[in-house]
Amino acid sequence: MQLTSKQHIASALAIASCSLIGQQAYAADPQLTQDDWKVDAAIMYYGEQDRVQAAEAIGNVQKAFGDTSLLDMKIVVDSLTGASASGAVAQAESQTFTRPSGKGEYTINAGDTPLDDTFHDTRVQLSANWQEVLNQDWTTNVGVYASKEFDYLSMGVNAGLERSLNKNNTTLSLSAAFTNDIVDPVGGRPMAMSQMVFRDNYESDADYQAAFDQTRLSGDDTKQTSDIMFGVTQILNRNWLMQANYGLSSVSGYMTDPYKILSEVDLNGQTQAYRYENRPDSRLKHSVFVMTKGALDSGVVDFSYRYSTDDWDIQSHTLETHYRYNLSPTMYAQLHLRYYQQQAAEFYQPFLLSGEDLPEYASADYRIGDMTAYTVGVKFGQRLSNGHEMSYRLEYYQQNPDNNGTVLPGQLQQYDLFPSVKAIVAQVSYSF
Amino acid sequence: MTTVCYRPLVKIAVTFAIASGLLGCSSLGVQPWEKDQFARADMALNSEKLDLALDDHIYFSKEGTSGGRSLAGGGCGCN
Repeated sequence: MQLTSKQHIASALAIASCSLIGQQAYAADPQLTQDDWKVDAAIMYYGEQDRVQAAEAIGNVQKAFGDTSLLDMKIVVDSLTGASASGAVAQAESQTFTRPSGKGEYTINAGDTPLDDTFHDTRVQLSANWQEVLNQDWTTNVGVYASKEFDYLSMGVNAGLERSLNKNNTTLSLSAAFTNDIVDPVGGRPMAMSQMVFRDNYESDADYQAAFDQTRLSGDDTKQTSDIMFGVTQILNRNWLMQANYGLSSVSGYMTDPYKILSEVDLNGQTQAYRYENRPDSRLKHSVFVMTKGALDSGVVDFSYRYSTDDWDIQSHTLETHYRYNLSPTMYAQLHLRYYQQQAAEFYQPFLLSGEDLPEYASADYRIGDMTAYTVGVKFGQRLSNGHEMSYRLEYYQQNPDNNGTVLPGQLQQYDLFPSVKAIVAQVSYSF
Repeated sequence: MTTVCYRPLVKIAVTFAIASGLLGCSSLGVQPWEKDQFARADMALNSEKLDLALDDHIYFSKEGTSGGRSLAGGGCGCN
């Protein structure tokens, strides 16, 4: 077509420039210019009231090679200290527990929820991902992952394929990952449902150590996780897009928490013994995630819902939203709300009853019990004069565990066996 | 008898509804020059990937289910 007037030239240029923007605009694509570096870094503090305290530093570097290749590398270092619920129930008298290592004891005051303060750990995680745009329609990526802490090593590989269609309004994605974990707990792996032993019940250290060793399995154990996820991202109109994912995850191997125990109580609710928990060695999980995200004149908003279910009978519903309001061209404020509701695993029970047969699987870990949780967070971000971006985030997270319908015998009715966990998250991020 | 007469119509209607639903997906979306809003950095799905990674780690450690937005993975022996 021959352009014959200024008007034609203007409209052709407008269309051409907009379509260039459109090509770059694909929502799932990283916004990188050619041969450019992008660095994101953050430090975060996570603190629970009277329980776990964690500090985490994270750094992410992206390097584009031409306009078809992208290398993404991430390092995470975190340090954990403080106490976490052991699974035992509160009692009218003080309680003494053998530490997981078998060396030493700790005592919990009468009426208090037993918290094990043994945990001090540092974790380092490294991951790298290579993304390659094969042509206008196909993009692929491969990645590796490793995470190491004192008693745990996780190594994994992942790969994904994306197909754009419908004028880049629709993207189909298929991704898969395989992870192999090695668990080597302090003090060894407890034998399933074995009874905790105490130094005071033995005449010598050697006798006690021999009895402790009887409750332990030698060597480490492994866990394998295979994940597959299918996703669709769809641009709906000029302002809104939506994403839907279905995920299938198959886990096999050691999934017991070696540091969790159950109280064995009599009909008066008085503890007779403590036993180490045991969980099944296979788990098949399904998840469905849907999200919509919209560009507003003054900001951005997203809403998401996740449904998760598995063959341990844990089901969960998660609702989440982020709303960002641009205070000025260089500053924004953001609100984050999240609600989570979970149904207990079939083998979850807050305690064992003495005199009854021991179940094959049992755990009193509140994290796989009935629970609701919510998060309320605010974030403030600012683009600096040098083009770098700084942001501050503060969140409040509260978990409210519930009784799964277990009748509480005797003295247990006097105590809060399902106490709330309250945590603060504070984070500072810097991007350039 | 009336039911018999309507049955093919119902089948056609259902087939049409499913087909138009599928075709509907391909009619969703915008022209390339209408994607200016999606060019905004804050509209990228991974625009806050560090926050999302840190949140995933917290919830993975504290709750019974994980993943959904991305692969759940194995990860850590977090307490």
